[in-house]
Amino acid sequence: MIEHLPALQTVVPMMAAPICVLLRQATLVRIFAIAVAWSCLAIALALLEEVLSHGTISYALGGWVAPLGIEYRVDVLNAYVLVIVATIGAVVIPFPLDGRELRIPRERYFLFYALFLLCLTGLLGITITGDLFNIFVFLEISSLSAYALIGLGKERGALTAAFSYLVMGTIGGTFILIGTGLIYQMTGTLNIVDLARRLPPVLESRTVWIAPAFLVVGTSIKLAAFPLHQWLPNAYTFAPSMVASFLSATATKVAYYVLVRVIFGIFGAAFFFETLGLSNLLLPLSLIAMLVGSIAAIQQTNIKRLLAYSSIAQIGYMTLGLSLANLNGLTGGLVHLFNHALMKGGLFLVVACALSRVASPDLEALRGLGRKMPLTMAAFVVGGLSLIGVPGTVGFVSKWFLVLGALDKGLYAVAFLILGSSLLAVVYVWRVVEIMYFRDSDAIVERDEAPLSMLVPTWILIGGTVYFGFNTALTAGVAHTAAQFLLSLGS
Amino acid sequence: MNPETAIAVAVLLPLLGAVGIALTGRWPNLREGVTIATALAVFGVVLSLVPGVLGGDRPGLTVLNVMPGVALAFEVEPLGMLYGLVASSLWIPTALYAIGYCRAHGEENQTRFFVCFALAIFAALGIAFARNLFTLFLFYEVLTLSTYPLVTHYGNDEARAAGRTYLGILLTTSVLFLLLAIVWTWKLTGTLEFSPGGILAGRVDGPLVAILLGLYAFGTGKAALMPFHRWLPAAMVAPTPVSALLHAVAIVKAGVFTVMKVIVYVFGIDFLSETGASIWLMYAASFTLLAASIIALTKDNLKARLAYSTISQLAYIVLGGALATATGVFGSGMHIAMHAMGKITLFFCAGAIFVASHKKNVSEMDGLGRTMPFTLAAFFVGSMSIIGLPPTGGAWSKWYLALGAAEGHHAVFVGVLMVSSLLSIGYLMPVVGRAFFLPPNPDSAPAANSDEKTTSGGFWENLREAPLLCLAPLCATAAGCVVLFFYAPDVLGLLQTMRLGR
Repeated sequence: MIEHLPALQTVVPMMAAPICVLLRQATLVRIFAIAVAWSCLAIALALLEEVLSHGTISYALGGWVAPLGIEYRVDVLNAYVLVIVATIGAVVIPFPLDGRELRIPRERYFLFYALFLLCLTGLLGITITGDLFNIFVFLEISSLSAYALIGLGKERGALTAAFSYLVMGTIGGTFILIGTGLIYQMTGTLNIVDLARRLPPVLESRTVWIAPAFLVVGTSIKLAAFPLHQWLPNAYTFAPSMVASFLSATATKVAYYVLVRVIFGIFGAAFFFETLGLSNLLLPLSLIAMLVGSIAAIQQTNIKRLLAYSSIAQIGYMTLGLSLANLNGLTGGLVHLFNHALMKGGLFLVVACALSRVASPDLEALRGLGRKMPLTMAAFVVGGLSLIGVPGTVGFVSKWFLVLGALDKGLYAVAFLILGSSLLAVVYVWRVVEIMYFRDSDAIVERDEAPLSMLVPTWILIGGTVYFGFNTALTAGVAHTAAQFLLSLGS
Repeated sequence: MNPETAIAVAVLLPLLGAVGIALTGRWPNLREGVTIATALAVFGVVLSLVPGVLGGDRPGLTVLNVMPGVALAFEVEPLGMLYGLVASSLWIPTALYAIGYCRAHGEENQTRFFVCFALAIFAALGIAFARNLFTLFLFYEVLTLSTYPLVTHYGNDEARAAGRTYLGILLTTSVLFLLLAIVWTWKLTGTLEFSPGGILAGRVDGPLVAILLGLYAFGTGKAALMPFHRWLPAAMVAPTPVSALLHAVAIVKAGVFTVMKVIVYVFGIDFLSETGASIWLMYAASFTLLAASIIALTKDNLKARLAYSTISQLAYIVLGGALATATGVFGSGMHIAMHAMGKITLFFCAGAIFVASHKKNVSEMDGLGRTMPFTLAAFFVGSMSIIGLPPTGGAWSKWYLALGAAEGHHAVFVGVLMVSSLLSIGYLMPVVGRAFFLPPNPDSAPAANSDEKTTSGGFWENLREAPLLCLAPLCATAAGCVVLFFYAPDVLGLLQTMRLGR
């Protein structure tokens, strides 16, 4: 049983999805889905534990040994990402569905849970597999279910948002497939470890030079890296808040993981950063993402859209860490995966709580909510402080490593810009805070808090932003180990 | 209680107090009881640390390691001991005063007010006892955020605008400059611990030393060095007890304390005087010092005048540190205590005048000494301390600051200090003079005139003082200014146990 954990990580949620459809009864399905999501988390934690104590796990799926068969390969990097995805899945899935945000009636909620588990399967599968083509397959599973989940949003815009995500996502997926095809043509293998061995002799060929372009652009679309982010604001705005919470905390993180794996695991850092000079492109784009995303967030009048643009800026932090390509920078980028998942996932859940009491996600509708829903809005303030990067929150830990990474490289202006962009976060967070606490502050408002079933998941994530702001052994510690591992790959 | 426990208790008690205040919010008397009891207990605990520190002990406490080499940790050294004493002792009169003020004024949201107050003290003590830059920065930001609801207490547009300025300047400077300086220090030295003689010596040279010092000095927005001083006058919209907290008890003192800590324990005064990296800071501080005094002269609003006076006095402390001589550091340390006692008195008086007569402007205060003699006498004593006249504590700190300037062969700054003292006479004494020597202006005090046309009645009949809970604290702190004159050697003695060299 224990040695089959890698397979169970994807098989359990995948088999659970059709069972949801068979069970049909809403409450029953919900309890079942929660149980599945928590067992996924247990598996992911067990894998991380195993990897940290005994090193990389290689699992031959169906007994077919790599490179012929599909290999599930768990090292410290993807074990860490698995934990992120599974944690968010486990915390978000118990959040009660709200008819006001969903297009489907209660009788068909089982479809929602089936989609959710499929999406979880896809994301876990992308992360755990050691096979490039298999990544594409799981990417499609997660993407198709994500399009449908977004389309479940009540507003009509949800359909167009899902459609444009579908178009962009398909282009991204196709690019990844083309890139995969090109290097398969040159090496005759799809196994990532095998690729890393067989690529260097053919690295000078033009075919191999084109492949990374397709792979990087394809994953960047899924990652919503600037300037390939256009699908994201609408998708997050119109998706049900709980879906936005899950996707913002996991989908982009997994895409980032694929990018890192392609760069460090397949072609090697030297090829990307020295031969191709990726930093020259990625670094300025990351900085622009940080600034443009934050400035766009400041201008929004819809809180979900505001958070979506903030995500674009935060993704900029992650890619910035990648482009620095040194130990501290990479640690910062990787730790921000976890940290941003906590804060953005938590903040979207705050929105979901608020939407159970107010009619629309417009900022104007949030007036005076600070006194109507003190616990919910306190969660927003804490999550917002974490976005800003106040010490004692996870945002500070990410920023610490990123600034250090920039200073290590002698990029003082970049260090300054990292800090400066966190001040832009102050502006958009405080706009919301002022509306919640200062507008209509004279009006008498009845206290009308979100139910406990909503508050508990929200506060688990938001509380996590403070807890992991002090206890960084799990987050920064593992990210540091992963960064060391990645930098050691090429040498 | 052993010192380690005492540190933990001193820092945690205000936090527990805040929880207690929040829970007892429905019963005002009980709630106020919790505030007072906590304040007394905290002061007692902080006081219990003094003998050990005087004896050369440096009790410490590591709470947890946040990142490798970056810990949440506390250690009590003389400068922090002094600041801790100032914050915890002045919380008592401020709390009493706040209770009197809020009740006399019928303030709303009093529970939130007292909760945030306790949180601010929690943060202040965290800063005072911080063993490293990370801990200090953490509590520095907690202090900013916990005082934001106090500054914006009234919740109207004016308060919101002031809150923006407050948060904007304090967060901007701390994130953009202070944090950058801290990360940079970590990169250069691999440590963030405050250690005697500094950690930067030998790790940096050339203009970078001055740049780093600049990042620290301007990054500490709470020290209100120009041009980052605007938040302090803006925060005047808050109720007066908050002004007392800002100006005397915790916030600005946290700023100058941070600057002093950095100068003494991160750079080291020997290193600074060898490299001359702090000479520019002497001039920058002097500019703030004089400019703020001159602006204070032009302000008619009493609280605004006092706010600029604070900016000027803070620059004294920064100047004393920048001189990078032992005497200058001692002078600055003493001035933290002396200015706190003087300024808290002045703000209490301003608030009492407002509560009793609803007057805000100096020009309206003619003849006020007849109806509020105790308040204005206290104002006089507080002013003497700010100006630096005996027999008040301020005389000693100015003495040592001037001595420090002379020792460091920077005679020009002795002149700066003297000119500024003259200016402070110019902006403080007219208040007292008008109140005691000019007849009441009939236009400005219609309410007072309606029931008493003349001021020829007996002394007690004419009294229109603020409620006793406002009056008693301000008399106590005024007495404190005088007491400090006689206890100045003890303050100095505490500071002299500081280890300045390596």
